[in-house]
Amino acid sequence: MRKGEILIETKDLVKIYPMGRHELVALNRVNLIFRKGEFAGLVGPSGSGKTTLLNIIGSLDLPTSGSAVVMERRVEELSHKEAARLRNEHIGFIFQTFNLLPYYTAYENVEFPLLLLKVSASERRRRVMEALDWVRLADRASSRPAQLSGGECQRVAIARAIVKQPAIILADEPTANLDAENSHNILQIMAELNHELGTTFIFATHDEKVISYLKRKITLFDGRVVKDEIIS
Amino acid sequence: MKLYLKLAWRNLLAAGLRTWLNVIVLSFAFVAIIWSQGLYRGLSRQAAQAMMEAEIGGGQYWHENYDPYNPLTLDKAHGLVPASLAKLIEEGKATAILIVQGTLYPKGRFFPVLIKGIEPRQKVLLFPSKYLETSNPDEIPAVMGSRMANTCNLKIGDTVTLRWRDKSGAFDARELRLVHVMRTTVQSIDQGQVWISLDRLRKLTGLENEATVVTLAREANWAEEIPGWSFKSLDFLLKDIDEVVRSKNIGASIVYIVLLSLAMLAIFDTQVLSIWRRRKEIGTLMALGMTRSQVIKLFTLEGALHGVLAAAVAAIYGFPLLSLFARKGLGMPEVVDSYGFALGERILPVYSASLIAGTALLVMLVTTIVSFLPTRQIAKLKPTEALRGKIT
Repeated sequence: MRKGEILIETKDLVKIYPMGRHELVALNRVNLIFRKGEFAGLVGPSGSGKTTLLNIIGSLDLPTSGSAVVMERRVEELSHKEAARLRNEHIGFIFQTFNLLPYYTAYENVEFPLLLLKVSASERRRRVMEALDWVRLADRASSRPAQLSGGECQRVAIARAIVKQPAIILADEPTANLDAENSHNILQIMAELNHELGTTFIFATHDEKVISYLKRKITLFDGRVVKDEIIS
Repeated sequence: MKLYLKLAWRNLLAAGLRTWLNVIVLSFAFVAIIWSQGLYRGLSRQAAQAMMEAEIGGGQYWHENYDPYNPLTLDKAHGLVPASLAKLIEEGKATAILIVQGTLYPKGRFFPVLIKGIEPRQKVLLFPSKYLETSNPDEIPAVMGSRMANTCNLKIGDTVTLRWRDKSGAFDARELRLVHVMRTTVQSIDQGQVWISLDRLRKLTGLENEATVVTLAREANWAEEIPGWSFKSLDFLLKDIDEVVRSKNIGASIVYIVLLSLAMLAIFDTQVLSIWRRRKEIGTLMALGMTRSQVIKLFTLEGALHGVLAAAVAAIYGFPLLSLFARKGLGMPEVVDSYGFALGERILPVYSASLIAGTALLVMLVTTIVSFLPTRQIAKLKPTEALRGKIT
């Protein structure tokens, strides 16, 4: 996959949630293109549609109308199984609350996506340790989430997202539960990964610290794209 | 599958006390099923064995009119022993029994009885017939079971008047001397019966060379058609025992069904709670690329593994416990004489490999079904809502 190649394209993307007798328009005719190697952020106030857009791109949700093409697959046409495969092979997720599997060590959490991909044991070990090295947590491989700090948990989550070397990483408010120092550490790691591996990062955030790292800032308001700017 | 097993196993052990509580209750059900089934198998086998040794041998020929449930037929339920059976009797491979109705008058009371004549020297049955031998033609030695002796309030050496009707219907009476009281687990040779020598009974009734039943030795292996006589196989003769054991078994089953239901309820609740509590984890698994059916498989397996753990735990304490029972048996109080069939003083349970494997299969199958039912909820779960910790 070449740098600059289109990975994600949304066309007239609409998402409406029924709210009793009323409807909530979460996304209103969103047209966006994301290319390989981007470090982009969806910014805007709560309820502007950032997470909804991220969920549709991540094939966790379906649009009400319009289309979202991710890695040449139309999300709205995917079966549950196909959507799961798309996520498994091409998309990494980073969540605000880390979402680590509580009974697993850091190593096992990072290993999990590779188990689903049926990667051989020796290759798994190499890639897990490499991912933990990237996030500077190789020495905490055998710790469980309960034994790690918030910043360390989020670094494990990043390692879990990158270990399968996905084309896209979707990060939903990744620094919301972290202090300033940890936030910067994590953003630096992600910026390095973007630079070194060419992984496309898309953030949903309203954190100024995150915004300061972005190369592209897409502002959403009431489900519409109101501004799409490249930051030099 | 290996991956799911590994993940499910890890999750199960990580659940700690909740898992172990379920496992312990389930293991009780496991041991209770095997214990009670083994006990009833042992009981059935022991009762059958005792009956074969003391009463039915390897099968019986019944006179065509003989109906053990209708004493009124006894007048006509006798005939000359057929030549082929007489030959077997001569060879020691069979023994004849003549049965007639009579009345016993012990100490001013009277009891209707079956008078049974048996050859004192027979070796076909483990029956104390040798006591019936006498050289005194005026004495009629008799043997009774301990229950009958108790009922009649008789002891060894006592005499008692016996009245019967001969072949022409004329009443006659003589004194019997009780020479032996046998302790037997087989009630059907005890209650309501008095045993005397076959030759003597034939003479008393005028039914020379006649018999009601011919019992074959267990090794006789002989079942030819004989006109006027009907062969009764062991399957037929033990049918009543099987039915009684089956009916008792149903009662015992209730106990382990209750135990099993308790364990299943606990596992069902655990699964429901687990899905509710771990909905965020379910969402994460889906985000990481697991399909809903894979998550269902994982959670079902997690529940089903309770059965495997329970089998292991049951083996730890159940194996020595059941082995002890198999060796020492279970003491039976006297009151179980009213149980309906032969019971020894101790019942030795019989635990077969098929019983253990069958129980394991049953418990694991039921556990898997119970584990699966709540996981269907996952199929309705939207990944985005699960990630937010919501359940629809």
